[in-house]
Amino acid sequence: MKALSLPGSLSARRRVLPGFGLSLGISLTFVSLVLLLPLTGLVGQLKGLSLAEYWYIISDPRVVASYLTTIGGAAVASLINAVFGLLLAWVLVRYEFPGKRLLDALMDLPFALPTAVAGITLATLYSSNGWMGKLLEPLGWQVSYTWLGIALAMAFTSIPFVVRTVQPVLEDLPGEVDEAAMSLGARDSVAFRRVILPHLWPALVTGTGLAFVRSLGEFGAVIFIAGNQPYETEITSLMIFVKLQEYDYVGASAIASVVLASSLLLLLAINIWQGRFIRRLHGGHG
Amino acid sequence: MSIRLEHIEKHFGRSQALSPTDLDIANGELIGLLGPSGSGKTTLLRIIAGLETPDANPRTRILFGERDVTRVHVRDRRIGFVFQHYALFRHMSVFDNVAFGLTVLPRRERPSSGEIRTRVLRLLEMVQLSHLANRYPAQLSGGQQQRVSLARALALKPEVLLLDEPFGALDAKVRQELRRWLRHLHDELGFTSVFVTHDQEEALELSDRVVVMSNGRIEQIDTPEALYRSPANRFVFEFLGDVNLLEGEVRDGVLTCGDAQLKADLPEGRQELLLRPHEIELATTPDESSHLPATVTAVVPVGAEVRVELSADWMNEPWLASVRHEQASQLTLARGSRVYARALTWHHYPAPSASVQPSLAASY
Repeated sequence: MKALSLPGSLSARRRVLPGFGLSLGISLTFVSLVLLLPLTGLVGQLKGLSLAEYWYIISDPRVVASYLTTIGGAAVASLINAVFGLLLAWVLVRYEFPGKRLLDALMDLPFALPTAVAGITLATLYSSNGWMGKLLEPLGWQVSYTWLGIALAMAFTSIPFVVRTVQPVLEDLPGEVDEAAMSLGARDSVAFRRVILPHLWPALVTGTGLAFVRSLGEFGAVIFIAGNQPYETEITSLMIFVKLQEYDYVGASAIASVVLASSLLLLLAINIWQGRFIRRLHGGHG
Repeated sequence: MSIRLEHIEKHFGRSQALSPTDLDIANGELIGLLGPSGSGKTTLLRIIAGLETPDANPRTRILFGERDVTRVHVRDRRIGFVFQHYALFRHMSVFDNVAFGLTVLPRRERPSSGEIRTRVLRLLEMVQLSHLANRYPAQLSGGQQQRVSLARALALKPEVLLLDEPFGALDAKVRQELRRWLRHLHDELGFTSVFVTHDQEEALELSDRVVVMSNGRIEQIDTPEALYRSPANRFVFEFLGDVNLLEGEVRDGVLTCGDAQLKADLPEGRQELLLRPHEIELATTPDESSHLPATVTAVVPVGAEVRVELSADWMNEPWLASVRHEQASQLTLARGSRVYARALTWHHYPAPSASVQPSLAASY
């Protein structure tokens, strides 16, 4: 009988851990069904389009304006989240205070809450006669129906990404490291900038990146507060939705493919960058 | 620089970690804080460093030489601190770790980058790690990491070096080597050092004076020799080495416990005697002062002597005797041999306070 001629060490060495074939098989099947099949379907929709037609759809000025709105909103939202997410993670890890567990649980609320509910709540809160709107509008801060509202809604739904990626890394950083920095004469700000932040940096960038990608695709939370003025406050997800309502599946798929490609590229970039950083911390030549 | 501690007390919540404590450390001394876990030794060290604040009390004072540092922040105390788990900055190279203290100095005190470089390289040479300057901490062994952390602590030329179980996370051989090396460094550079350990051998080998602590109190402060020769109380005696216990009723100058008897000039009543393993001799017959029959349960040759484990009905816990190799072969000791232990000498401490060793105070 001929041995299977799989390349590499897969077949050459017998694995001690059982179930490799079965578990990998099931995982791959699952990924194919749940992730890859819909994606293929999406790309398949595009096969009737010529390159020129494709370009025409995705470079429509109204759609391009929506890209800018979405990216701008997502950028502002993830910057806000980077700052406050880091702060929240810091507070949750480093201090003991009553209600800490509650605050910790609250962090997951944006994941659990249907985004439409979040959107309606935010829209009500920030409309001209809502609680916050009443306070802010006399000061000249129009939140509802502006890009500010879009950023706010995006920040709301994506803050857990930052908190939940930074938190475990911060827990992993022993308090002794702060103490060592202080015993060597470092001021708090210096210790934070030179010792703590570099340590959290990969997690913070990953968390912020995930928050950004999530914000790019956000729909439910945003459309209620955005106002959806063409060329002004329309987000890309809404453009897809509009196309679908016009039964223009191909157009919707074309725009969706742009969002998909940019999200994938971004995720890939984050992963590669993070891998290099982590190798150095764990002893490779980085 | 000399260190003077006056009335240092510390509570964590409601539990008392340190009873009011005074301690004087002379300039250039190497002091070991020795005690079991929970004895308050690490708390005391961290209070000296300024990483922990003592309870507020007008009498509490911490003096470095003439300088009152009671209310001085750790970063301004100018101490070097070495952590048990090194606490190196993992994202920085060995060089940058050692240079850290110099690079965070205020601009007008900071040496030029060329001078920093020379100083760091000299420190790395001193800890014999020059060739690893560009590595990252994760690429070093435990012993190397601890040497980096020592070099880092010494970069600012502190006059006080504090070490929290510095060798605790290392294996026996590296620990031995680093100990000798630290002693050498201390003698050469002349700083004042305080280190924490729970290993009595380490404390006795390394320190000029040992501070033995238990339950947040200082039990005894002495040179290793004096400490071993005349322990102040039963706790210190028991903590400094292996102990065999003989508990029984004394009548007419003879202590009796089951079929064991030992002449002991002690007051009538229940008494406890303590014997070190080397204060026991083994023989095939009893002598006129002791009748202590026992069975050998294990014979372990270690180094210059043979450790023999004994058991008998009258013992609370197995005894340990250390005998010379010739004697062991003369007696043909083996598991199951019947022997008589003879006490060359013994120690007696007045009844211990219940807080010291409650498990041993239990009667049977």
